[in-house]
Amino acid sequence: MSFVWKRVLGTVPSLIGIVVITFLLSHALPGDPAAYFAGPAANAESIAQTKAKLGLDKSLPEQFFKYAGDLLHGDLGTSLTTGQPVLSDLTARLPASLELTTCALFLAVVVAIPMGVWAATRPDSPVDHICRGTITVGSAFPTFFVGLLLVYILYFLLGLAPQPVGRLDEMLHSPPPHVTGAYLIDSLLAHDAGTFRASLAQLVLPSVSLALFALAPIARITRASMLAALGADFTRTARAGGLRARTVLITYAFRNALLPIANVLGMVFSFLLGSNVLVEQVFGWQGIGAYAVSAVLASDYAAVQGFVLMMALLYILLNLLVDVASTFIDPRVRFEG
Amino acid sequence: MTAQLSIEGLSLVFRTRHGTVKALENVSLSVERGEIVGVVGESGSGKSVMAYTVMGLHDPAARIESGHIEFGGTDMLQASPSERDAIRGRELAMIFQSPRTALNPIRKVGLQIEDVLRRHAAIRSVDLHRHAVQALERVRIPDAERRYHAYPFELSGGMCQRVMIAMALACSPSMLIADEPTTGLDVTTQAVIMDLIREMSRSHRMSTLLITHDLSLAGEYCDRIAVMHAGHLVEIAPTEALLRSPAHPYTKQLLAATPTPRSTVAALTSIAGQLPDLRGELPVCRFSRRCERVQAICGEAPLPWTNVTANHLVRCRVPL
Amino acid sequence: MTFATLVQNTRYAFGENRLTLVAVVILALLLLCAMFGPLIAPHDPLATDGAVRLTAPSAAHWFGTDALGRDILSRVIVAARLDLGMAVSAVALSFVVGLALGAIAGYFGGWSERVLGRVMDTIMAFPLFVLAMGIVAALGNNVLNVILATMIINLPFYYRFARGEVNVRREMGYVEAARMGGNGPFAVLLHHIVPNILPPMMVQASLNMGWAILNAAGLSFIGLGVRAPTPEWGIMVSEGASNIISGEWWTFVFPGMALVLAVFSFNLLGDGLRDLLDPRRRT
Repeated sequence: MSFVWKRVLGTVPSLIGIVVITFLLSHALPGDPAAYFAGPAANAESIAQTKAKLGLDKSLPEQFFKYAGDLLHGDLGTSLTTGQPVLSDLTARLPASLELTTCALFLAVVVAIPMGVWAATRPDSPVDHICRGTITVGSAFPTFFVGLLLVYILYFLLGLAPQPVGRLDEMLHSPPPHVTGAYLIDSLLAHDAGTFRASLAQLVLPSVSLALFALAPIARITRASMLAALGADFTRTARAGGLRARTVLITYAFRNALLPIANVLGMVFSFLLGSNVLVEQVFGWQGIGAYAVSAVLASDYAAVQGFVLMMALLYILLNLLVDVASTFIDPRVRFEG
Repeated sequence: MTAQLSIEGLSLVFRTRHGTVKALENVSLSVERGEIVGVVGESGSGKSVMAYTVMGLHDPAARIESGHIEFGGTDMLQASPSERDAIRGRELAMIFQSPRTALNPIRKVGLQIEDVLRRHAAIRSVDLHRHAVQALERVRIPDAERRYHAYPFELSGGMCQRVMIAMALACSPSMLIADEPTTGLDVTTQAVIMDLIREMSRSHRMSTLLITHDLSLAGEYCDRIAVMHAGHLVEIAPTEALLRSPAHPYTKQLLAATPTPRSTVAALTSIAGQLPDLRGELPVCRFSRRCERVQAICGEAPLPWTNVTANHLVRCRVPL
Repeated sequence: MTFATLVQNTRYAFGENRLTLVAVVILALLLLCAMFGPLIAPHDPLATDGAVRLTAPSAAHWFGTDALGRDILSRVIVAARLDLGMAVSAVALSFVVGLALGAIAGYFGGWSERVLGRVMDTIMAFPLFVLAMGIVAALGNNVLNVILATMIINLPFYYRFARGEVNVRREMGYVEAARMGGNGPFAVLLHHIVPNILPPMMVQASLNMGWAILNAAGLSFIGLGVRAPTPEWGIMVSEGASNIISGEWWTFVFPGMALVLAVFSFNLLGDGLRDLLDPRRRT
């Protein structure tokens, strides 16, 4: 298990790095940073007070240590727009974003990987062309545009999708009792089929919009690495041994193809977490993305900073998980530095 | 007595973007039960292509224009994929060059042997592990139980080749095709692997087709040797006869180019010219343009087989 | 590669993939819009006309009009300048700075590589769009900062590519020869290594352009950078979004499709260039 710890320790420089950058950014604010944290109704006196409270009158290194120390205590400042501590704002809205992103990731993987495998086993077939077409088109459509198109066609024109008012139409359903924060899970735990169905219905369009952009790189890498694996020496050996086609495909080719796929997931997560913001905006999703957008427009800097930090943390965590998972897929990785 | 493997008149081409490559033309070869036949030739002579075609592992871009391959009573070219899968690994096995890349890099070697056993042998799941370890022991891998759990990257090249042999022999096939099994291994390991192959061949009464570019290796381990040049089989004879009195000009030049312990670098001769481009228009005898004995009659089709002796055949108009 | 091979490869790249030719044509059209937009546009993109607000596409207004009665076709055409301009500037800056830093790190190694590598890794530790949001929020909500933010998030991409390529070429024969010839390290870099890595980097740049356009459009969609009434595809989609529920699809579909067309063409161009210059990297 020592290689897992090594990986965990490997994230420390990144963690330090993101704290440094967010600190530097807050000091790049034009004008007096204290004014941002004091709020629009501030006067000279409250700005001075804020300055002292936030330690903004001290030297830069001192400020940094205070900043880092605050972070470790979970103090991300207070939001100007909600008046609440930023951390509680974010944690309240995080489950909504996580539920959405997880669904989108699941959709993307469940569609892209089989499509890529199938395309690789039948080159130049109709499936292969559909696969390549989806890849090319999928990477050209902005996520927010896809979302809007889907709403227009499936909600406005065809009436198949529910109104894009967020996670639940609050007039018809109330959220399930909070356990995890994910409505799908919580409604199942509460044996509330109606709310479950309603939450699922609301999730469809935003997840699909988010998934489409992620689908493209995953399908492309799956197809490419499967092609490489199917042409590799060890696959030939497996065939020479008369192994069944399914064994050759899965145990020999596909497992080896998983490695490059795992590597591309890092980039995919970056897309997903970023595009999350756009999708939440289109669908009125009450997640941290929508929170951040209103914060940015309101110059609520503490909230924006907290959002950026939280997303970065999430990203580092996701990459760590993929990294650790790769060591189980590929034993060779355990022996490298 | 019917041969274990019989290849008759095999012609194969590859269609590529740059033209049609006439990789094999009218190749005929047979291997008897229990004998070791070597196939030697330069890179690009078609020896590996022939081996893959027997196994049914040839490139999908290849088109078999004519010919017949019969193995143990089965027509290999007409057989269905499931018939071929049933034969491969059980009756007919193959080992490859670069053993480390030929093994699944992320799967324990013991499990890879089990995969073959599970597929072909009627062994209960609980016994698979034991049989796999025994297969490793049979190829003299020390500490077989521990090595069962090893991954290919943890083993040396020679060890990996032994694992491949273990996989190939796990179901006691009646024939083994060895495609350059020792290329890339150091000389000591080469000898060890070849001795192992020969021993397995004798003890299992297994026929072996040894593909190699190393004529001296073939000379030491094979009962008969076939020589290939540019997609043609040009000579086939018992080893002694081939080495002592080669009939084909190409074979003679190959022998002259092969270093022995007593030769000096200065005495080594290279073969004149280059392999013909298999895409272009080709003469009836593909060696004619490099041959010093060439005559007008060499251009007359078809190129016949001549018997030097009962089992020494050569395909040449002006044999030595 | 020889000229003959180049011609053969070009014919193959364009023949095999007629789409590449289509991409070039579309891009040329977009470039035309970017350069001569105000001249080509049938109406004044900023002119409002309450009488014709939210009219469907018609002979007078091919793309219809928006909520303020402005002609959408004209706005889409004129917006090309800003959308393409932002992306091209950002990519050009990333390219040059990334190339310079990557070349230095790749050639000299040592602490320059360690420090720069650490900086780039830290940038990559953020989801890139999120970082761009943070940068624009910190530096100020205007177009210049959108360009700067897009440049920063693209930087690691060019840096790593340049560093890798320079690293590989550093030990090659012709570089050794240049060093022996008494050239200082910067001369070697500038005259020998960099010209060699420019073609593959250009491929990366065209593949990257699509993404840069999407990033800038995404930022403007959420209200960062561009402000009304400036015509820009992202902000136009955002303005049009509120009209979905009343069915006026043309207000967001046309600017959205303009984005799709631009990104698609750049992606195809990048693929075509890659097939032309470096077929080994095909996926």
